[in-house]
Amino acid sequence: MRCGFWRNVPWSGVWHEDRGVKIRLTVNGEPREADVWAGESLLTTLRDTLELPGSKNACEQGECGSCSVLLDGALVCACLVLAAQADGHEVTTVEGLADREELHRVQRAFVEAGAVQCGFCTPGLVVATAALLEANPDPSDDEMREALSGNLCRCTGYAKIFDAVRLAARS
Amino acid sequence: MEVLTPRSLDEALSVKAERPDARPIAGGTDLLVELNFDRARPETLLNLNEVPELRGWSRENGTLRLGSGLTYAEAMRAPLAELVPALAEASRTVGSPQIRTRGTLGGNLGTASPAGDALPPLLVEGAQVELGSLRGVRSLPLSEFLVGPKRNALEPDELVLAVRLLPSAQPQTFMKVGPRNAMVIAVCSLALVADRERGELRAAYGSSGPVVGLVTAPLEERDHFADTVAAAASPIDDVRGTAIYRRHALRVLAERAMERCLA
Ligand SMILES: Cc1cc2nc3c(=O)[nH]c(=O)nc-3n(C[C@H](O)[C@H](O)[C@H](O)COP(=O)(O)OP(=O)(O)OC[C@H]3O[C@@H](n4cnc5c(N)ncnc54)[C@H](O)[C@@H]3O)c2cc1C
Ligand code: FES
Ligand code: FES
Repeated sequence: MRCGFWRNVPWSGVWHEDRGVKIRLTVNGEPREADVWAGESLLTTLRDTLELPGSKNACEQGECGSCSVLLDGALVCACLVLAAQADGHEVTTVEGLADREELHRVQRAFVEAGAVQCGFCTPGLVVATAALLEANPDPSDDEMREALSGNLCRCTGYAKIFDAVRLAARS
Repeated sequence: MEVLTPRSLDEALSVKAERPDARPIAGGTDLLVELNFDRARPETLLNLNEVPELRGWSRENGTLRLGSGLTYAEAMRAPLAELVPALAEASRTVGSPQIRTRGTLGGNLGTASPAGDALPPLLVEGAQVELGSLRGVRSLPLSEFLVGPKRNALEPDELVLAVRLLPSAQPQTFMKVGPRNAMVIAVCSLALVADRERGELRAAYGSSGPVVGLVTAPLEERDHFADTVAAAASPIDDVRGTAIYRRHALRVLAERAMERCLA
């Protein structure tokens, strides 16, 4: 298999072949492999190569949180992790939260509380909320706001999202 | 483009000696933005995540050594947060939880932005930056390491290894002005130590000059100190705020910080 990545360097108009990197990582509990471009983000690898489009790409600069995943259990923006840096590590995406057909309690709470409108921010918020409740099962309102401050929602106005977090914490 | 992932400090320094143009990447919270937006295309990326010597922090004879790979999330945690409280406060204001998981002190020093939030708290505590290469290790006061806006004193074959400081154990704080509580590049910021032991006030301002600047005065000059800080800064007008506003805000921050630390 060819393992080169052709990239157009915008300012030069020249096409360069970059050497690819093979990475091996655990995604949602399963060992996976991917050939990635050296400068590629983990988000691109998850969505385009590993066929896990749950993590969303909106800003690619860490501002919106729609790409939130867990890297070795800690909340990160997948758009700011170099795919090659995830080699040998464990990633959990929103697809890995549910137990087969059984939704994760945070997912259930988002549905029940009506915290989803267009849904674009939802995967990131669900992962961030799951990370919060893992570390702090009974967060105060301030702690909730702080924990979700890296996730933007353009639709809901957040009130229903906080309802969902409270509901998930109680369930 | 390629990525090299050394597994030890020796290996990392050898790579940097052979390939001085290799661009280090730690948390990636500055560099990935450059890559994602085609603003940087380094031939070689040097992934520092697997170098154990750069991680964590330690204490040797009272001196605190903060590894360049120390994250903001780690700096916020006790017992480290109690040794460098202003740094912990500054870390809490950085970006969002996601950014604080990944962002490192070494990256903040590498970027050397006048808005870097780790810099004022380190400057008021007299931090030294430890730089390493195959040629050896050297130490520079933070004020000499920061040579201009987004410019530092790193030689091409060097890496930031750590930051060293002797915690003053004196009342200190960090404050930052911005349009919201999260995800904010400082319009201006201030770290202050009220050092009763040395009879001294020390303040460092951020986002108010080409580099983060240090201002000191005897404790007796408390009444004029806020004006002294505002006068020492050299802010400019930019998208985040005007020079006049920044000077005014620095005066207010210095006054509040003194109220907090001298109460
Ligand atoms: C959404 C968002 C919000 C942010 N908010 C803030 C904020 O509130 N306050 C703030 O100060 N910053 C903020 N930042 C900027 C960034 O998070 C910090 O500057 C952080 O400290 C960078 O660390 P890093 O490890 O991620 O750096 P990287 O991106 O890995 O590296 C940054 C630079 O330092 C160099 N470098 C890294 N490690 C070393 C080393 N050991 N030796 C030599 N060079 C090295 C790299 O080559 C690169 O040039 C924000 C960024 C984003 C994307
Ligand atoms: S896409 Fe990663 S934070 Fe917006
Ligand atoms: S539901 Fe649309 S962005 Fe949040």
